[in-house]
Amino acid sequence: MSDHHAGEPLVSIRSISRRFGDVRALEQVSLEIRQGEFFALLGPSGCGKTTLLRILAGFEHPDSGSVTLDGADLLAVAPHRRPVNLMFQSYALFPHMSVARNIAYGLERERLPRSEIRERVDEVLTTVGLTGLARRRPHQLSGGQRQRVALARAIVKRPRLLLLDEPLSALDKKVRAEMQLELKRLQHEVGITFVVVTHDQEEAMSLADRIAVMSEGRVRQVDAPVPLYERPADLFVADFIGANNLISGVVTADGLRVPDVGLLPCPAVPDTVGVAATLAVRPERVRLGADGGLAGVVRDVTFFGGTTRVAVDVAGLDRPLLVTVAGAAAVGLGDKTRVDWSDTDAVLLDQT
Amino acid sequence: MRRFNWLYIPAGLTYLFLYLPIVVLVIMSFNAADTPYRWDGFDTAWYGRLFADRAVREGLINTLVVATGATALSAVLGTLLAVGLARHTRSKLLDAIAVAPAVLPDIVLAIGLLAFYTAVQFTLGLHSILLAHAVFGTAFVAAVVRTRLAHVDGSLEEASRDLGATAPQTFVRITLPSLAPGIVAGALLAFSLSIDEFVIAFFTAGPQDPTLPIVIYSMVRFGVTPEINALATLLLAVSFTFVIAAQRLSRLTESF
Amino acid sequence: MSSTLAPRRAARTDPGPHGRRAPRRERLVGRLATLGPGIGYLTVFMLVPLALVLSYTLFHRGRFGGVVHEASTENFTRVADGLYLGVIWTSVKLAGLTTLLALLLGYPTAYLIARLPRSWRTVALVLVVLPFWTNFLIRTYAWIILLNSEGVLNRALTGVGVIDRPLELLYTPGAVVGGLLYAYLPLMVLPLYSAIERLDPQLREASANLGARPARTFWSVTLPLTLPGVLTGCVFVFVPSLGNFVIPELLGGGRTVMVGNLIRDQFLKARDWPFGSTLALTVIALLVLLLMVQAWAARRLAGGNRA
Repeated sequence: MSDHHAGEPLVSIRSISRRFGDVRALEQVSLEIRQGEFFALLGPSGCGKTTLLRILAGFEHPDSGSVTLDGADLLAVAPHRRPVNLMFQSYALFPHMSVARNIAYGLERERLPRSEIRERVDEVLTTVGLTGLARRRPHQLSGGQRQRVALARAIVKRPRLLLLDEPLSALDKKVRAEMQLELKRLQHEVGITFVVVTHDQEEAMSLADRIAVMSEGRVRQVDAPVPLYERPADLFVADFIGANNLISGVVTADGLRVPDVGLLPCPAVPDTVGVAATLAVRPERVRLGADGGLAGVVRDVTFFGGTTRVAVDVAGLDRPLLVTVAGAAAVGLGDKTRVDWSDTDAVLLDQT
Repeated sequence: MRRFNWLYIPAGLTYLFLYLPIVVLVIMSFNAADTPYRWDGFDTAWYGRLFADRAVREGLINTLVVATGATALSAVLGTLLAVGLARHTRSKLLDAIAVAPAVLPDIVLAIGLLAFYTAVQFTLGLHSILLAHAVFGTAFVAAVVRTRLAHVDGSLEEASRDLGATAPQTFVRITLPSLAPGIVAGALLAFSLSIDEFVIAFFTAGPQDPTLPIVIYSMVRFGVTPEINALATLLLAVSFTFVIAAQRLSRLTESF
Repeated sequence: MSSTLAPRRAARTDPGPHGRRAPRRERLVGRLATLGPGIGYLTVFMLVPLALVLSYTLFHRGRFGGVVHEASTENFTRVADGLYLGVIWTSVKLAGLTTLLALLLGYPTAYLIARLPRSWRTVALVLVVLPFWTNFLIRTYAWIILLNSEGVLNRALTGVGVIDRPLELLYTPGAVVGGLLYAYLPLMVLPLYSAIERLDPQLREASANLGARPARTFWSVTLPLTLPGVLTGCVFVFVPSLGNFVIPELLGGGRTVMVGNLIRDQFLKARDWPFGSTLALTVIALLVLLLMVQAWAARRLAGGNRA
């Protein structure tokens, strides 16, 4: 699988819509997934990401739109004939079969010779680090081990596309961090295109090359993690990804005018003067104890170890302004302070 | 100190009520007297008489034939029906049809089947009882398998499809093995109900081949004979073993 | 945002040639393969026979048995006759009394079993069900031995000196109720047990904590929440009791006649199938009525619990 052409579109999803009764699970969704990339579908529950995943796997069918894989129509292919495999959220390991039989199941369906099946099962067991557990039953495994079996069972088929439904949600925190690294390593090693569905933005940010943020059946933004974080395309993305201070006002030539607060620093965007807009600024971009900026009173200090989050009440704002500082904070509850940020650290967004 | 729990009185009465007749039967089966109303000392002669009784022996064989056949038929029909009702339809009507044989009074089904067999001029015999017993057998197997199905992760079947299995392959390799404990439990239930069933058998039996319950019925009606005590004790022992075995089996498959 | 998205196409209004059609065919095949055999079987061996019985109610008996296909309402006027109505009323009374007694014995038993340690619970339950697994006729026969004038009970009572002459126990309505109760008591205990076992013990504790005495807690918390189980148990006992003909025959000695005996006689002795069918229809009508009441009560309870 080393001969893939990274960057070429593998899957093209065009204008897909799906309704369940009155609920619009997907509304005109279009996406390109590139050969060899680690792609994430991120959004809150009910945003349609799982429906999209199930359409790719073949368990769900769109009301309209098309999906192609390598240029060929994918929707016409029955689920068991698609070169697409899914790692289920529950793992769906067959309880009455051993680990080895679970992994061999998909290969047996291809009617491969026994010797080749055995070889490939052994190989994939080594890849996922489960050698020696081949004869165990699923209920004799730990959560992390089960996940590795589910993964092995899917990748042993050498699919063109591997789908992962909330792959880390069933694991406890420590195993999760470990599996996160493991998934990335495996993806590099086997060179299969991965599409992961998750509601956990940190998971998506740390795993994926590119992320599609979805809400209410629509794709809001598709981007690499860093631009997604630094340049959210709309209010939903700005609010959903990481913490953000969101302040509404009217754009002027000198900044954003907010009634009862004043002019706030924001980048200059051509042809926006006089437009109502929302300013988004990350807590870690806000300076505490500055000379200029806004005056406020410290309302809350929360220490997280490496960082401290300070909430500052500013007269005229309905929500306290969040500031993240490295290490412990130099201010205490009730202290008077000032907050400020540079215009290039803020982002201006449409209010719709 | 704990207060006396007054619930022990009705609960104790329940168990006394349930077991007093049975204990009397078992004791009387070892009675040397030829009437159950007098104790003449310990004897196992009635067991000998029972084993020599041709009617009882033939009745038992007939019953086993009917129960085995009806159970096999019910297991197949009931399992398919359970999967169909759970996965392939939302029809309330089909649901109702599938549980109806379990709720219908036996005498109603009995006269219905007698009328039906007569109308289509079907000769009565063991086969007519077998087909009749498969009606409620199917309902009970379907009910038990459905409860099992509710505990089976539906994504197992999708996983099988995803890995390249066709729908029939998935049914045989994934669905059936996951349902096996339910199918076995349902089949055991159907089997024991068939063995015990009297009313429907009574209406749909031919004159030649009575099942054991029909034989017992004529014995009881004819008069009190201690042979029945011996038979009762044996049947009790068999069902006791059966229940224990089923219990063990279900505990064994629970980890599954 | 648009830079990363593929160019949009106009929405298609039709589902298209692919996607939905192939799986729809597969779904149809799956539905036929799974539901077909079972529903087909039950149609032939249950629905058609029931329809036949239903149709017989409109016809009447021929001179030498058989069914004459001339429609009339004669059977229904006969059922309304005092004699038959009396038998139906007796059946309802005896089955109702059996159900009530089963509830009075079964509820405390089920309650106690549900409170036992887990390992004992299974044993206690199996002990309730076990008699049910022996032959139904033999269980009834056991009562003959017990209740006979020379039977165990009478001998024990005379022996102790409670009575000086044997009591007439067998061949009474009481014997019939006892036999029915004995036959169907486990069917009351099982649904009650599963209803009580499911009850969160913290609810009782909360009630006690809020100052309710045990009796108050029972009437206000435990009983309302387990009523669906009570209703199920009552139906399970009442239904087979109502249509039974073996127990009234063996323990009632022909003196206590229930509607099941009438139906049996019409079919196997008098050979008046149309009238037998009409009696059976009456039984079904009573049961449907009962099930409707049960469903209505269960729905009301569910609504009440949610509020």
